[in-house]
Order: sequence, then structure tokens, then C-alpha cells
Amino acid sequence: MPANSRTQIFTALHAALPQSSPLPDLPAEGPWKIFKDPYTRFVSMVESVGGTCTRAATSADANRLLADLTPYKEAVVRCSLVPNVGDSTFDLDSVADPHELHDVDFAVLPGEFGVAENGAIWVTDNGIPHRVLYFLPQHLSIVIPAAQIVHNMHEAYARITPQQHAWSGFISGPSKTADIEQSLVIGAHGARSLTVIAVEAI
Amino acid sequence: MTHATLAENFIAAGDRSAWHDRALWFVREKRDRQADDVPEWEQLREAASAIKQHTMSRLPDYLQEFELNAKRLGVKVHWAVDGEEHNRIVHSILQQHDVRRVVKSKSMLTEECHLNPFLEERGLVVVDTDLGERIVQLREEPPSHIVLPAIHIRKEEVGDCFHEHLGTEEGASDPKYLTEAARQHLRQQFLEADAGITGVNFAVAETGGFVVCTNEGNADLGVSLPKLHIACMGLEKLVPRAADLGVFLRLLARSATGQPITTYSSHFHGPRPGAELHVVIVDNGRNKILQSPEFRRSLNCIRCGACMNTCPVFRRSGGHSYESTVPGPIGSILAPIREPDQHKTLPFACTLCGSCTDVCPVKIDLHHELYAMRNHLDQQQKLEGSKKLSMRMTAGIFQRPALYRTAGRVARLALRWLPRFLVYSPLNMWGRQRELPEAPSKSFRELYDERHRKN
Repeated sequence: MPANSRTQIFTALHAALPQSSPLPDLPAEGPWKIFKDPYTRFVSMVESVGGTCTRAATSADANRLLADLTPYKEAVVRCSLVPNVGDSTFDLDSVADPHELHDVDFAVLPGEFGVAENGAIWVTDNGIPHRVLYFLPQHLSIVIPAAQIVHNMHEAYARITPQQHAWSGFISGPSKTADIEQSLVIGAHGARSLTVIAVEAI
Repeated sequence: MTHATLAENFIAAGDRSAWHDRALWFVREKRDRQADDVPEWEQLREAASAIKQHTMSRLPDYLQEFELNAKRLGVKVHWAVDGEEHNRIVHSILQQHDVRRVVKSKSMLTEECHLNPFLEERGLVVVDTDLGERIVQLREEPPSHIVLPAIHIRKEEVGDCFHEHLGTEEGASDPKYLTEAARQHLRQQFLEADAGITGVNFAVAETGGFVVCTNEGNADLGVSLPKLHIACMGLEKLVPRAADLGVFLRLLARSATGQPITTYSSHFHGPRPGAELHVVIVDNGRNKILQSPEFRRSLNCIRCGACMNTCPVFRRSGGHSYESTVPGPIGSILAPIREPDQHKTLPFACTLCGSCTDVCPVKIDLHHELYAMRNHLDQQQKLEGSKKLSMRMTAGIFQRPALYRTAGRVARLALRWLPRFLVYSPLNMWGRQRELPEAPSKSFRELYDERHRKN
């Protein structure tokens, strides 16, 4: 890289900067929309973006939910990174190359909290050996603590520190596309289904 | 070619124009429903606009802060003055890693720099992985819309394309079936790729990271398997704080496709263990736009495409009629600043209705800038003779009240009494696709005078 491209860009930028204008405050408390019952709103938003969300009292209940779930039952290759919820048909620790995960049918993964306004879930690579697990398996279940629902994105950013993770993000529903004549199709490249399980005692 | 000529071709193709118009209006209506769901929508737009304007006024500081923080996270940062340098940088990184196959998620910047042909000429295989982009790539044409790259293509045509390239059944056009075929095909591409290239939706100065938004998950699959991720960003993509993302992620998908948020909003802060992450920061004419007080707000653009979905001209003329990487209202400002000769007809492909300005999530004064751009092009002597002449004549008439009144009288008489073949002669552009209104017998001024005399 020619060292002077950077200098050239900065010199040009300094030459004619617009008049300075203030950076607005974004207080977490609003004027942003909040909901009477954020959990109910979260559930309806997850459904509106093509997923499902079910409440479970304990991890045992969560396991019963999974056991009734067709894609979970039919999954040949499964893995779980949520303690006491779901099971693994192979040893994830022995997987060195993420490409080996190409045949995973169902993954059960943790989420930190949900966002009521848009049904998104905050996930990070904390404790996840290969982040591709959030994208490559055919079906995905994300387990969140039922009490952890924030109202909106401003509250979400008030509680996260994304720079602590090489990868983190919001996931809202299963993978989808409408690129062919605006017809919505669920299951573009990533998960064909998203089952959110909100566990009360976790 | 002029926008008008290309638009004429699009409109001439059966009912395609009406179909295209309906498809985009459907997206516009979805956007309205999402915007209405947020009572503080206008405050969000205000905040987004203020954040962007502030960032532009301190852009060198924020770029430096971003670079410093990104390097601290182990990101390799590169700077490119123009598209050519950007392409060379990307190519040399790929070469250093012996990359043969690259998967790419949607990036308007790499379209703008023509990265794909640059890499292909040098022997690399580049696969666009967004479904719409893959369709246009297989058809060997550019995207017609920045968010909906294949919005101009009918499902039957996608079916033909996939039959030829992916071996789907002949005549099959069910979007579900075709999407499944693309899924199978692209999964193979993801697994075989040696590197992943993405764009950047937002880069954050205070953290040194960036956010990439997709619905399909193609960006994430593309960069989570191979050991090399190259992210290409225009230098205007910065926001100062992570908290600012709260504002922009609320606006982006609602404005773009009428969703509450994209399915995946991934935050990248440093490489995966054992992998490399490169960010290429590109100027390519953005400095020039920043230096122009009239047009610099167009750099606030977050590429949601809302202005295209609402534009009555775009909806009926199709994105390809703009012959510009970014088409539509925002493209009609960005393109002629850089290349006035090539794109001088674009600011006139506009009725100045202002709908684009109303929907823009970052409050770019689009229709004012489009109007200013017309004057700008005139001052640069870029307008064609016939346009200049008719403008000068109109200006002359408007400056002389007596002449204006006479001209009005003559026009009213002419419309009423002249034979049809003369009124609708080839010289009268306004009579080409429409019936002219019935001429009133009296002008407003005459009616006003009469009324005054009576009272």
C-alpha cells in the first residue's frame, strides 16, 4: 500500500471540512417507545419475522419443547451449547475446522437478551467455538432468559459492549429473502427455522 | 444514452413498467407501516441526520480514531484514494493468501469500483452470494436497485436463468423452489471459498468495529468459514459511538424493505482466532462531494433505497435506465458530481415531487439537491442546446408581464383552434404521450379583473 494514499485522503479532508455541528445525546430512557408488556411484544415480533417463541419454566421444560419439535426430532446431526438444554450428537470440542460443521441439522445456542420492538436477539461468540454455528445449521434454536427483554435498540446498546467480542450481533427470525418478485421465502442461506425458547429459571 | 431514451425502452416492453411500479410501491407501503409503528420516527430521523452531519464535520478525527481502535483489535486497515487502488489492495491481499475462490456479499462500493471484473481478469472466481445479486451476476448484468438487485426480473426469467446455470427444471418459476436451488448451489460456494468479501453498513469510531446487515445470512456464512475476511467501506460509513447504531439500525431495515430490523446485524471487532480481518477504506470521489456545500448531505446516505421505492420516475423507468451503480434520486446526485458528462440527464429524471425527501431516513434534502444539480450542470455548460434554448425562452417570457399575457392568450387560442396534427406535432414534447388539457376561455387574471369590476 502506498503510504501516501492515507496522507492524501486526510489532507483533502482537512482542506474543506463542513462547519462543526453538535453530536446529539441519545439517552437510553427515551423519547423512545416502550411497551406495556415487552415480553408479549417480543413474542409477536419474533412471529412476525418468521420465527416462534415459547416460554419454558425450567430447562427440563425447554427439553420437552425441543423433544416435540419436528426439525429437532428429525435432526441426525445436532449440537447444543446451552447447559442442560438440548443435546449433541458429536463432540464439538474436537471440531478444529468450521467446515466440518456443514452437516449440522439443528443447533441449540444461547442468546443474551431479546429486543421487544423488533424481535431481535443479542448473541455473541462468547463460549462459541465456531460462530458459523449461528448460520450454517439447517435449523436453529436460541435460548434466552425469559426476564431479559429490553424495550428497544437504545436500551440494547446501553447494555452491550460489542468491542469485547470478535463477533456479536442481533438475530431476528430465520434466514429469509424476497429477491424473486418480492415473494418472501424463509430459509435463504442460513437457518430454515428459528425457535426461540425463553426460559424462566436459567 | 440519456435516461429518457433508456426509460422509453423499459416502458415499451409490455406491462413491465406497470408491474415494476407495483412491486416497488408494495415495498414503499411496507415501509410506511413500519415507520408508523414507531411514534418517535421523526425524532429518529432528526437524530440520524444530526449524527451524520456531526461526523462529516469531524471526519478526519473519527477516521483516525477508528483506525487506531481497529488496529488495536488486530484489524489490518488499508486506504485507497480511488477504485483502482481499492481493487489493487484487495487483489494483493487475496494473492498473499493464495486465494482462488472468493464469496462476496452485497457491497455497492465494490460495484462502484468494478471489483468483480478486476479480480476475474486476474484469474479469481468471484461469486456474489446475495440471491438477487447472484441472479444478476448469472445474467451478466448490473443490479438495478441497491437493496433489491433483481427487482426488474420476473420469476419466469429467474427460472430460465437457473435452468441454464443451476440445472433447475425447465419452466419452473416458483420462488420457493428457485430459492431452494440457489441455497444448495450457494452453500457449496460458501464451503469452497478461500476468502469472504463484505461491504460495511456502519463503522464505529469509538470501538474500531463495523456492522454488516443481511436477511439471508450470506455475509456471515461467507466470512465465518474461510480464514480471510476483507471488508470494503466508503469513508462516509462512520458513526462516532456504538450507541448511534441504535438509531441507524432502527431506521435502516424499516426504510429499506419495511422490516423492523434485518435478520442478521453482525458486529465485527477483530479477526477470528487464526484468521485475518482487513478493512479497506475508500475515498473515490467522496472528498469532492464533502467539499461541496450544496451536495455534501448526500454523503449521509445509508443506502436503504427508500428514495427509489417511492420515486414515481424510478418505479416506472427501472433502475437500469440510470446507468449508475446507485440509481434513483440519490444516485442522480452522486453520479453527476463525479462524472457530469456521463450522468448529466439524471437530475432531470425527476418531477421535483419531494417524496424522496419525505421518506429519507437521514433527511437528505434530495429534491432540493436535484434542483441545485440542474443549475450546477447548466453553469458547467453541460446541458444540451434544445434544453438551454427552451429555458432561455421561458425565462424571457416570465420576465416580461405583457409578453407573458400575450403568450398565454395565443396558447389558449392555439389549443382551441389549431388542427390536431399541428398541436400534436413532433415539436410538441408535451403532446407525445398525453392529451393536452382543454384550454380555458379566460385566464385567471381576466377572471380576477372581471370580478373586481363587478364588486
